[in-house]
Amino acid sequence: MDLRFGDSKPTDEEREAVDALLGPPESSWEGADRSDADLRWARGGRAARERRDLLLPGLHAVNDRIGWISEGALDYLCRRLTVPPAEAYGVATFYAMFSVKPRPATVLHVCTDLACAAAGASELCAGVEARLGLGSGVSVERSPCLGLCERAPAALAVKAGDPVRTAVSAPATVERAVLAASSPDSAPEEPSAALAVPQAGQAGREELVLLSRVGVVDPASLDDYRAQGGYTALRQAFAIGPAGVIREVTDAGLVGRGGAAFPTGRKWQATASGPDRPHYLVCNADESEPGTFKDRVVMEGDPYSLVEAMTIAGYAVGAHKGYLYLRGEYPRALERMEHAIGQARARGLLGDDVLGQGYAFDIEMRRGAGAYICGEETALFNSIEGYRGEPRSKPPFPVEKGLFGKPTAENNVETLVNVLPILTMGAQAYAAIGTGKSTGPKLFCVSGSVDRPGIYELPFGATLGELLDLAGVRKRLRAVLLGGAAGGFVRPDELDIPLTFEGTREAGTTLGSGVVLAFDDTVPLPRLLLRIAEFFRDESCGQCVPCRVGTVRQEEALHRIVDRTGAEAASDIALLREVGRAMKDASICGLGQTAWNAVESAIDRLGAYE
Amino acid sequence: MTLIPLGIPRRLLEFTIDGEPVRAPEGSTILDACRSVGKDVPTLCQGDTLTPKNACRVCVVEVEGSRTLVPACSRKAEAGMQVQTDSERARHSRKIVLELLASSVDLSTTPEVAGWLKEYEAKPDRFGPDAARLNEEPKVDNDLYVRDYDKCILCYKCVDACGDQWQNTFAISVTGRGFDARIAVEHDAPLTDSACVYCGNCIEVCPTGALSFKSEFDMRAAGTWDEPAQTETTTVCAYCGVGCNLTLHVQDNEIVKVTSPHDNPVTHGNLCIKGRFGYQHVQNRD
Repeated sequence: MDLRFGDSKPTDEEREAVDALLGPPESSWEGADRSDADLRWARGGRAARERRDLLLPGLHAVNDRIGWISEGALDYLCRRLTVPPAEAYGVATFYAMFSVKPRPATVLHVCTDLACAAAGASELCAGVEARLGLGSGVSVERSPCLGLCERAPAALAVKAGDPVRTAVSAPATVERAVLAASSPDSAPEEPSAALAVPQAGQAGREELVLLSRVGVVDPASLDDYRAQGGYTALRQAFAIGPAGVIREVTDAGLVGRGGAAFPTGRKWQATASGPDRPHYLVCNADESEPGTFKDRVVMEGDPYSLVEAMTIAGYAVGAHKGYLYLRGEYPRALERMEHAIGQARARGLLGDDVLGQGYAFDIEMRRGAGAYICGEETALFNSIEGYRGEPRSKPPFPVEKGLFGKPTAENNVETLVNVLPILTMGAQAYAAIGTGKSTGPKLFCVSGSVDRPGIYELPFGATLGELLDLAGVRKRLRAVLLGGAAGGFVRPDELDIPLTFEGTREAGTTLGSGVVLAFDDTVPLPRLLLRIAEFFRDESCGQCVPCRVGTVRQEEALHRIVDRTGAEAASDIALLREVGRAMKDASICGLGQTAWNAVESAIDRLGAYE
Repeated sequence: MTLIPLGIPRRLLEFTIDGEPVRAPEGSTILDACRSVGKDVPTLCQGDTLTPKNACRVCVVEVEGSRTLVPACSRKAEAGMQVQTDSERARHSRKIVLELLASSVDLSTTPEVAGWLKEYEAKPDRFGPDAARLNEEPKVDNDLYVRDYDKCILCYKCVDACGDQWQNTFAISVTGRGFDARIAVEHDAPLTDSACVYCGNCIEVCPTGALSFKSEFDMRAAGTWDEPAQTETTTVCAYCGVGCNLTLHVQDNEIVKVTSPHDNPVTHGNLCIKGRFGYQHVQNRD
């Protein structure tokens, strides 16, 4: 490899931002001034190239400090990491939160996705843009779901500098969003995570399993977490050994909560028995599905539970390193998780000798940068490794060749925190919750036209109607979107659908990631479908043709028929069906395969365009 | 010249293609197996010298038990597999993929695609006159080769050939994402400001003519490019002692472009700037 780095030089500030992450360069071979000694030796080879996984943190470092990534900064980062500039440019342009063109230091991301759109995001955008025009020093960007659906509409201000400052405004008004953008430091603090859990204030709280500590425990205090029963599950894990943990998880019938519903015990068993070393654990906290915010609430309200659950999972699969990949739009969850990991490390609950049991495990955090596709497990690996977040083709599956080509168990936040009650209450007691095939408690993200939006925990088997009653569904319900943009719509007369994997499948829909978005009849359905199509067009990685072009053609057809019905829409609907079928059949990954689901269900079940 | 590499003997897998029993060595792809029994599956992004990226999805086939269709070019054959290469489902996807491609990029210089469009009854026009197209002007920024991304199907072959699979120059990459994804050099600069070493191996693997010799590009523009009238002569490069094979494409007694045989066990179709572009001295008649 003979890399050419070009002539662009970083500014002092850019250089500082990179050096703050990587330390000062040692020789001219990685960007320092040339000394006589540099002419006599070369440093490079595998050791230098193996730091490529620091590319994404490096891009964040520059973007956080300056607000965008210049040629000089990118070339300097490439020199430091021995990464070809063309590839790094391809990575930098992949993520929505980075810019390779100059822009103001402050960016205000205004969410225009489903829940926020229903709560008036377009008026908010127009108002904010009118106030923050050219010369205001703020760049206003329309954003996909910010994961603040229970407080829609939402905006997130990011002001570059040292340190970078962020402010969330939700529910946002034009004034509050402008205030957050112009002075993030003086913006009012976000409400406590517990407010996203309406059950927290209600009777029957003791029945909550996964959310029992949210709002009760101090998210900053490890002692408080331990006083609330924290780390008993890890002790139990050490008592029964890795095989015992996998047996308990298998017996409990735990399946992945991210949408695919794959049996967790089987995944762990396959990873643990992989002959290749090392093994990795990856926690997927990149929930970007429009309407999903449960992982954020868990991480903000009960961060140590995730640290403990990751430690148990790592122990079970024989990993000594776990990566927590957190989406870039969650500044508070990032801060809380960083603090929790640091505390756990300082107290010997992470590190070389966890709990004095001779097991070494540590967690490294990775921040996403605005790409829904990175929630796909293999795209997430590529993103961590410093490549474009494009999904890999399977097989081989991650349990065989995952992160860095090694056996990897990847689970999302909700799946992992389920392991704690499995170990503390025992597999039998856990499996008794829910139904025979869908065991345990389930988190649902309810938003839209309801009085008490938020995260609800219910045992599998409750019906959609029961859940909506809890959340205070409003009159004149028109449709419910289950599973987010990749899920499907159901009608108001289908509220007796049991919320289980098998029940929703039988009803011809999906539980997905647990999104329940209610829309009353004030929400224009064709606009909503158009927004879903826009979302997929924006978020397609572009790797395979059915998804790259198909999502564009889908959006075009929906634009054509946005105000049409009946015979006028028929030919475009037929075209949509044909393209949708090929996307479902021939796309590389789940994004392209599900991009047509919601629209199809709206046509078939809701009679949109009739 | 076809060389048969002698490797470790491999186990034969038994499975079926379109109901016919087939035996193929372990490690072969479904496409290899199809071709070995004389069945061809259309492919665009598959290349004989590169690891398939399976991005175009033209070669999808139906495999019993698989939820989605699978790309024949990269899915390894397994014992007991039941493959349908020409089922209604596979044909439907192929037709749509061809329509999606032909409606968004210029496939006029892609070999075989016109025949497939006809075979699968693809009608790229039915997405309407407003269907988004790339509509990009060719990038002519050097004297050796032209990048016409209006013809690019984003097959990643040039990226792989420039990167760790052959050239190790890493001058090109995919940038952006979704429909806006493009092949570009660092900072989207002109080629002359990039890490490109002008080996032309990207042109060698490009399946659509998005990358072409400046000579070919100019002759096509002037209407003088006449492929049937060209002769091809394979010879040995005279620049150094490696002995790479060159195939000279000659029209009207002038070399119009240079390729290299992919089955050469040393170079696999790769050349350097001198072998690929340094042919003017041959036809300097002063």
